[in-house]
Amino acid sequence: MKPNYNAMSSAALMHQRSSTSKWKTLLRYPLMLVGSVLFLALILFVAAGPYLVPNDPLLIQMSERLRPASWEYPLGTDHLGRCIFSRLASGAQMTLSLAGIVITATIFIGVPIGLLTGYVGGRLDTFIMRVVDGVGALPEIIVAIAVSGFLGPSITNLLIAIIAVKWIEYVRLVRSIILLEREKEYMEAARAAGFGTWHMIRRQLLPHIVSPVIVLASLDIGKIILIVSSLSYLGLGAQPPTPEWGAMLNDGRPYFQTIPQLMIYPGLCIMIVVMSCNLIGDGLRQLLDVRNK
Amino acid sequence: MLNIVKERLLQLGIVLFFLSLFTFTLMKLAPGDPVFTILRADEVAATSADEEALRKELGLDQPVYIQYLRWMYSIMQFDFGNSLINGKPVVQDILERLPATLELAAGSLTVMLVISIPLGIVAAKYEGKWIDHVSNVLALLGASIPAFWLGLMLIYGFSYKLGWLPTMGMGSAVHLILPSITLGFGLAAIYARMLRAGLLEVLAQDYIRTARARGIGEWRIMYKHALRAALIPIMTVFGSSAGSILAGSVIIETLFSWPGLGDMAIEAIFKRDYPVIQAYVMISGTMIVMVNLLIDISYTWIDPRVRYVKERII
Repeated sequence: MKPNYNAMSSAALMHQRSSTSKWKTLLRYPLMLVGSVLFLALILFVAAGPYLVPNDPLLIQMSERLRPASWEYPLGTDHLGRCIFSRLASGAQMTLSLAGIVITATIFIGVPIGLLTGYVGGRLDTFIMRVVDGVGALPEIIVAIAVSGFLGPSITNLLIAIIAVKWIEYVRLVRSIILLEREKEYMEAARAAGFGTWHMIRRQLLPHIVSPVIVLASLDIGKIILIVSSLSYLGLGAQPPTPEWGAMLNDGRPYFQTIPQLMIYPGLCIMIVVMSCNLIGDGLRQLLDVRNK
Repeated sequence: MLNIVKERLLQLGIVLFFLSLFTFTLMKLAPGDPVFTILRADEVAATSADEEALRKELGLDQPVYIQYLRWMYSIMQFDFGNSLINGKPVVQDILERLPATLELAAGSLTVMLVISIPLGIVAAKYEGKWIDHVSNVLALLGASIPAFWLGLMLIYGFSYKLGWLPTMGMGSAVHLILPSITLGFGLAAIYARMLRAGLLEVLAQDYIRTARARGIGEWRIMYKHALRAALIPIMTVFGSSAGSILAGSVIIETLFSWPGLGDMAIEAIFKRDYPVIQAYVMISGTMIVMVNLLIDISYTWIDPRVRYVKERII
C-alpha cells in the first residue's frame, strides 16, 4: 500500500503549528520567561564556574580578611579571607546538584509507586496509602531534626530526610491521575486488546502523568533549595568549609552587624534561584494546562 | 460524620505508630552505646559487671520488639527519660519551653491574618489593578524568600540600623514583632492569594449577581456573602499550616534566640542529647497530627458539602 503522504504532511504541519503556538504561548507568560532566563543564567554560571571563578573558594588567607569589593575580589572577602564571589559560584553548583539529587530520587521512588498503587488498587493501594498518610503527616524539617539528631548532622543525612518525606507527594499526584484515567474507555480498549500490565502502565498511563510531574518537580526544586539552605544555616546540612549558601550565612553571622554583605549576597542568591524555579513552575502549569490541585 | 471521625482516628493511630517506629529505629541506629554514655558520664571506672547490670536495668538485654513496647509504654505515660545534659526530666523541659513556641505561633498567625485577609479582599475587589499585582509579587516573594534570611534582614534594618526593635530574646510584646513577621510572612502571602482566588470564584456565582441586582452594596456583598463562602475551602488547607508553623519555628527560634521547643531541639542535636530529641520529634509530630485532625473534623462539621466530596482520592 502506498503511504498517504498527504496525511503525513498534514500531521507534520499540525505538529509544527502546535509547537509554534506553544512558543507563542510561552511569550504570553513573560514571568516564566524571566524565570527561565534566570535559571539558564544560573546553569551557565555553574557550567562556566571553574573558568569564571577568580579565586579558590576554600583558600583561607587571614591577611586578606573582610576586604571590600575590588577587581581581585569582586564581592570582597569573608572573615577567613576567602573570596565571596568564588564561594557563591561554587555554592550555586552545590545547591543545584543537591536539589537535583533530591528531585531525581523522589521522582524515581514516588512515580513508580504511584503508578503501581493506582493501577493495581485493592489491598496494596490501601496499605501504601496508609504509609503515605503516615509519612506525609510530618514536615521535612521535623524529620530532618530526627535524622540528624540521632545520626549526626551531615548533608547526606539531610538529603535522606528530605527524600524520605518528599516522595509521597509524587505518589499522591500520580495515583490521583491514574485513578481518573483507569476507568476511561481507551484503557478498556487496550485491556481488551490483550495488553499486559507493564504495557498499560508504560504506554497508556505514563504519558498522562508527565506534565503534572514536571510542574510539581519544578515547584519542588525551589522548596528543596529553601529547606537545604535553611537547615544548612542551622548547621544541620552542609558543614563548613563547604561553600553552601545557607552554611555561608551561618558562617557570616558574627560579622553581620559590621559587614552585612556577608549575609546579603548568599541570601539574595537563594532568593533569586528559588524565585526563578517558582516562576518556571507557575508558567509550566499554565503552559501545560495542568489544573491546580 | 461519625464515619469520617472514625476513619480519621484510625488514621491518627497509624500515623502515630509510624512516628514512634521511625523515632525508635533512629534511636537504635544512633552511634554510641547508651550504656557506655551513661557510665562515662559518671566518670568512675566501670567494671564489666556494672555494664552488665546497667544493660539489664535499661532493658537493653531484651529483644528489640520488647524494647520497643517498653519504650512505647513509658512514652504513653509521658515519660521520655532524663536529659543527658542537665539530668532533668525531659517532659519538664518541654513544658517550660512550650508556652514560648505557642506564643510565637499565635504571633505569626496574627501576622498572617492581619496581612492576608485585607490583602486578599482588596486584590479580589480590584482584580487586575495595581494592588492585585502587589499581592501577586508579595506571594512570589513569600514563596521565594528564605525565612531565616528575611529574619536577618529585618534584624539588620529594624534593630541595628533603626534601633526600633530588640534583636533577639523573649520578653515584652515588642520582642514578638520581628519573629512573628518573619514566620508569618510566607504564610500570609500564600493565604492572600488563596483568598483572592476563592473570592473571585464566589463573586462569579449567580447568587452574588442576584444580590447585586437587589441593590446590595459591593462591600456588603463582599463581607456578608463572598467572604464567608470563600473562607471555607481555605480552612481545608489551614491544617497543613500547623505543620509549617511548627517546622518554621525551629528556624525562627534559633535565629532570634527564642526559648521555645525548636531552639531546644537544635541545641539538643549539637549536644547529642538523645532523650530530648526523641521527645521533641514525638511531641511535635503528635501535635501536628492532632491539629490537622481537629481542623479536618471541624470543617467537615461546618460545611456539610465536604462530607460528600471527601473521598479517599487526595
